[in-house]
Amino acid sequence: MDKPTVNQSGSALVALRDVSKAFPNGTLALAGLDLEVRTGEFLSLLGPSGCGKSTALRILAGLSEPTQGAVEWPNAAPQAGGESPIGFVFQEPTLMPWASVFNNVMLPLKLQGVRTGKAGARVMAALDRVGLQDFSRAYPRELSGGMRMRVSIARALATEPALLLMDEPFAALDEITRFKLNNDLLQVWQALRTTVVFVTHSVFESVYLSSRIAVMTARPGRVVTELAIDAPYPRAQNFRTSPDYAALCRRVSDALAQAMAAGAEP
Amino acid sequence: MNGRFSARSRDNTKPDRQRTASPLSPRRGGTGNFDHMLRVALPIVVLAFGLAIWEAVVRIEHVPPYVLPAPGLIFHTLISDWALLFRSLLVTLATTVEGFLLAAVGGVGLAVLFNQSRLVEYSLYPYAVILQVTPIVAIAPLLLIYLPQPLAVLACAWIVAFFPVLANTTLGLHSVDRNLTDLFALYGATRGQMLWNLKLPSSLPYILGGLRIAGGLSLIGAVVAEIAAGSAGAGSGLAYRIAESGYRLNIPRMFAALLLLSVAGIAIFYLLSLANYLALRRWHESALDQER
Ligand SMILES: Nc1ncnc2c1ncn2[C@@H]1O[C@H](COP(=O)(O)OP(=O)(O)O)[C@@H](O)[C@H]1O
Ligand SMILES: [Mg+2]
Repeated sequence: MDKPTVNQSGSALVALRDVSKAFPNGTLALAGLDLEVRTGEFLSLLGPSGCGKSTALRILAGLSEPTQGAVEWPNAAPQAGGESPIGFVFQEPTLMPWASVFNNVMLPLKLQGVRTGKAGARVMAALDRVGLQDFSRAYPRELSGGMRMRVSIARALATEPALLLMDEPFAALDEITRFKLNNDLLQVWQALRTTVVFVTHSVFESVYLSSRIAVMTARPGRVVTELAIDAPYPRAQNFRTSPDYAALCRRVSDALAQAMAAGAEP
Repeated sequence: MNGRFSARSRDNTKPDRQRTASPLSPRRGGTGNFDHMLRVALPIVVLAFGLAIWEAVVRIEHVPPYVLPAPGLIFHTLISDWALLFRSLLVTLATTVEGFLLAAVGGVGLAVLFNQSRLVEYSLYPYAVILQVTPIVAIAPLLLIYLPQPLAVLACAWIVAFFPVLANTTLGLHSVDRNLTDLFALYGATRGQMLWNLKLPSSLPYILGGLRIAGGLSLIGAVVAEIAAGSAGAGSGLAYRIAESGYRLNIPRMFAALLLLSVAGIAIFYLLSLANYLALRRWHESALDQER
């Protein structure tokens, strides 16, 4: 366990400052949310269902505007259509069912006008990363749930984004597949040295994956506790069964329970 | 192996490659050859049985042909009048196909226009509905006053056929996966890219469903207009032949023309179903076999 952590968390990549979000129907999803995402880290947003995690992630991605507060990019903000934009992985694989795996992964490159020849190689590289190089010509309908999620991840990786946003990507998968994808995601993260914001409602998943966890209150959501998970990477199956892991899970569970109690107060 | 999912780490679940169903039995295929045979053979047996009874009744009761011709006589008429009937069939089919194509282009085009501009949609949609709800039989005589006959017939075929295409395409364009729309927006897709790479492919099952209805309706529109037109002429279609044979009490020819019309309708339906199947078989639920 003496290997150094691979990704040194650095300066702020993007931050949400005092963000509130009210929907037109009056639902107040977020209120006074502060969150700083640091370069290179694996940050989990942990909170009960309906607390505004997806909303916060969509605001980070620029898919939704905060009602109050701001999204700050200390350095240059990634522009729509820019070279290295944000990657987004939804809870469902969200693939185009009419397109082959190859064309699905090609989509971001195509939309950004990358030349087809060059894009093809990048698509195959991304598929290779998720172990699906042999399935480039298959259609989403012909793949299992886990494989579809891999395609979705490959698509998000195709543009080599500086920031990868993931919204409960593995919540719908069985445990065996989820554990595998957890391990594979960690490997990709370490290899690409990208920054990940990972939304989950699972304490165990967040502890296993993250270098840092931001715990949210119930709706209206805000971050009440931030916990660094110091266990070194690479983490693998033996980490899951270690006493360290169990202790960390207990700490995070407690933090989550407190956050929910705090949210219940007026 | 850092940073790549190893070959061994593939999911435990195998890819469940779908078996595809026959184009016309999307929901029930796959129970084996015997089932398939029954599905083909049984209707034929019923048909043969019905025709035999029909023929027998006409012969035993000595029903005169101008009341009810026997199937044998109808078939005989079909052959003896083939030149005339076939020419009429081509006329009706040409109108139907033209009306259908115009409906396809017009329906999809208008739906896309509505989708791109709400002002246009608000301005025109009510009139599309009015055109649809007014019975075509009532519109046809009016069209015949203002338009030359071939054009009036074509207009009728178009009017009845275009609305299902418009309505279905509109539904399809509004049913696009929200997350996919977000994804396109995230990567800075232009309106054109959004339409061409997302909305239209995603609407394809709806469009094809609309076209399948439009094919049959466009034949109906052509027939209604031909019957309303009623006048003789070089370009007389099958429906006109039916009306004309009725006046002349040439009932066997009436039946023969009707038979051809039915066959044309069935052929159109099968062709469009086949197109639907070929376009969707790799990805859409409607064209997949239920068996996994
Ligand atoms: N478009 C919307 N309109 C109205 N309310 C919404 C909308 N999206 C989400 N909400 C509400 O906002 C709250 C937070 O939603 P969400 O961010 O999806 O939560 P989470 O991802 O943590 O489960 C929920 O109560 C949800 O019902
Ligand atoms: Mg959510």
